[in-house]
Amino acid sequence: MDELIKYAPDLALGFLENVKIAAVGAVVSMILGTILVAMRVSPTPVLRAAGTVYVNVVRNTPLTLVLAFSALGLSDRLGLVFSDVPLTNSFWLVSLGLSAYTAAFVCEALRAGVNTVPIGQAEAARSIGLTFMQSLTMIILPQAFRAVIAPLGSVMIAMIKNTTVATAGGYLADSAAVMKITFDQTGASIPIFIGLIIAFMVLTMPIGFLTGWLSRRLAVVR
Amino acid sequence: MSASVLFDIPGPRARLRNGLLTVLGVAAVAAALYGVYAGFDAKGQWAAEIWLPFLKWNTWQVYIFPGLIGTLRAAAAASVLALVFGIVFGLARLSDHSWIRIPAGAVVEIFRAIPLLLLIFFIFYLFPTLMGGGDYGFVALVLGLTLYNGSVLAEIVRAGVNAVPKGQAEAAYAVGMRKNQVMRLVLVPQAVTAMMPAIVSQLVVLLKDTALGYIIAYVDLLNTGFNILPAAIFGALIPAAIVVGVIYVALNMALSFLATWLERRSRRSRRSTTPPITTGPGPIESGVGSAAVP
Amino acid sequence: MHMRRMGAVLSIAALAAGLTACGGGDSGGGDQSYSTVIDKIKGGATIVVGTKWDQPSLGLKVGNEPEGFDVDVAKAVLKEMNGGKDVKVSWKESASSNREPFLENGTVDIIFATYSITEERKAKVTFGGPYVIAHQDVMVRQDDTAINSPQDLKGKRICKAAGSNSYKRITDPPPDGELDIDATTVDAANYSQCVQKLQGSNLDAVTTDDLILAGFAKQAQQAGGSFKVLGQGFTDEKYGVGLKKGDTKTCEAVNAAVKKLWDDGTMKKLQDQWFGGIQGLKLTESAPPAEGCA
Repeated sequence: MDELIKYAPDLALGFLENVKIAAVGAVVSMILGTILVAMRVSPTPVLRAAGTVYVNVVRNTPLTLVLAFSALGLSDRLGLVFSDVPLTNSFWLVSLGLSAYTAAFVCEALRAGVNTVPIGQAEAARSIGLTFMQSLTMIILPQAFRAVIAPLGSVMIAMIKNTTVATAGGYLADSAAVMKITFDQTGASIPIFIGLIIAFMVLTMPIGFLTGWLSRRLAVVR
Repeated sequence: MSASVLFDIPGPRARLRNGLLTVLGVAAVAAALYGVYAGFDAKGQWAAEIWLPFLKWNTWQVYIFPGLIGTLRAAAAASVLALVFGIVFGLARLSDHSWIRIPAGAVVEIFRAIPLLLLIFFIFYLFPTLMGGGDYGFVALVLGLTLYNGSVLAEIVRAGVNAVPKGQAEAAYAVGMRKNQVMRLVLVPQAVTAMMPAIVSQLVVLLKDTALGYIIAYVDLLNTGFNILPAAIFGALIPAAIVVGVIYVALNMALSFLATWLERRSRRSRRSTTPPITTGPGPIESGVGSAAVP
Repeated sequence: MHMRRMGAVLSIAALAAGLTACGGGDSGGGDQSYSTVIDKIKGGATIVVGTKWDQPSLGLKVGNEPEGFDVDVAKAVLKEMNGGKDVKVSWKESASSNREPFLENGTVDIIFATYSITEERKAKVTFGGPYVIAHQDVMVRQDDTAINSPQDLKGKRICKAAGSNSYKRITDPPPDGELDIDATTVDAANYSQCVQKLQGSNLDAVTTDDLILAGFAKQAQQAGGSFKVLGQGFTDEKYGVGLKKGDTKTCEAVNAAVKKLWDDGTMKKLQDQWFGGIQGLKLTESAPPAEGCA
């Protein structure tokens, strides 16, 4: 217990970094994921193919590789630099790398939601003369969105847990890196480990409950 | 529902619009590809001397294959253990005895909620304290993967058994089977068919997560291919990342195709009364179906 | 049908278990039957030697074994300790950040990995040697004219490799540091990543021991890259042989072996072989005084 109290300020600062990465990740991955799903259901074969390739490649690449490549490859070698301050640069590389990775899963969750809407709904929409955009925005998406709340919640929870992989992208300020540095000094400490897990659960569990409750409340009864 | 149901067979104006969109799409994709090409070119990443080493057998023998074997070893061990863990805890959660059901539920929920990397770090530092000296990279990676993925698999197993129509169990009890027999002879065999795609998808997640071993210096594909190889072959970082990435994607896509094939087969099969478990709202949405969560 | 599926599952499980078992032969260093490393050497057991795998001319994995100055010294010292008979060696990568935990956990038996003897480390590690003396220096891009001495690093970005103390000599005042210059540190996992970064635009200088820098500069030169080492070494880095804390018996044997190898000219020969003819490099001329075992 003593070591938890002693290192708590460091760990809390590290955890705050996880929260910051997760905040950027949530916003950016949602935007990217929505663009991707629009590409994947669009009437343009090229865009469909591009979306499919992106999703399949990114989904099957380990996040560790994505983040390590963002740092060493994209930034150091190819010159993608967000800031001259090294720590700020790493933060954005890790956050955007995580977003690009999570976007593939957001896209798949949204697409699965679109797939839960029965064909009859789209056919009915078309038969009363709605255009593609009208049937998408007025008939399909409102129903798809409800079916998608819980899976999206799961994707976001996984994303929050994945912020710990920031270490692989050279961002050694997050709680996993702080925990490792602490363990180098103290050895494995059960209080520190449990403390961090509880911190993550405090972040993820409300999302699970909220999205579960919402999806039950808004469920389309069929 | 396939995307094509969303729109009619296009008329002249829609065809024009689609044609325009296609042109724009091609332009955008081409611009993106050219951007990557030019970016690489500007930094000399197409130079032959950093790509040619990948045509040499020695590069594969010394760096890539040992790492790949490390990755597959960890993935194989963790898959088997996670399946065992998943079956045991999944069925334990279905037990009629609360003293089995509740602890099993707690274990599954907790390990599902822990960030995997924290779990691996913790085991990596805990084992030397408990067991004395040694190299625990493999143990930490496999145990971490087992506990996390096993917990997810436990939920899949539970959902799979629950998804078998109630009438099946009732009929089995009615013909005089015991609980054990109902589970073993009626529910589990039908559930297995329905669970197969979800299980394989989770194994893809497991295989991908072996790359976390890179962070604790376990000798895996990412470590030998992306860490040691570029140090030995000067300047070959980007080619190494691409080669390693292609190997991971190919491995995982092969497994994913297996999942899709199993799903299609089980949908065709009439022997099971249970619909396949896929992504969707409900208690098991995470890590299940085609969009398994990382 | 049912049996066939069970058979398939079982055979996959058996295959996976076999794959796991056949690769699981590396026993690590935790052999309980020898209390010290020297006993283990005399007993004819396989010794796990930690070296760098990513530092050219010191320890670089190129084949099934690493090669470089540290590797050759390790082989010579172990052979000398075994009375001139060859010792079975298993090589294990020991990055700067892993050296202390690996010795403490018994992952490796003995470390030859550019391991500077410092007061801070003496608290955790028993050091044999030193076997050679390096000097901290600075490496920059060839076309960089702004940095001509360590003092020019003010306001520049220098690399901070995990587990290495070199950056402190620049940024901190004595006793921990040396120059107390206001430079920004950039995190990296190891020195080969530092060099990768130096090639790009996210880093201005790598500062660490001249032997390490010379190895990288030589490798880059052969591959058409261009770095320059300033040649203004400003510290003495005594490279020691890392042993588990308290293993003084092995430490004495290491010191005897190192002295012998300096006396018969082996060390000088190895040093010339790996670092001869590099401009501005101050090589060690005679046996450095032993530190004494504690």
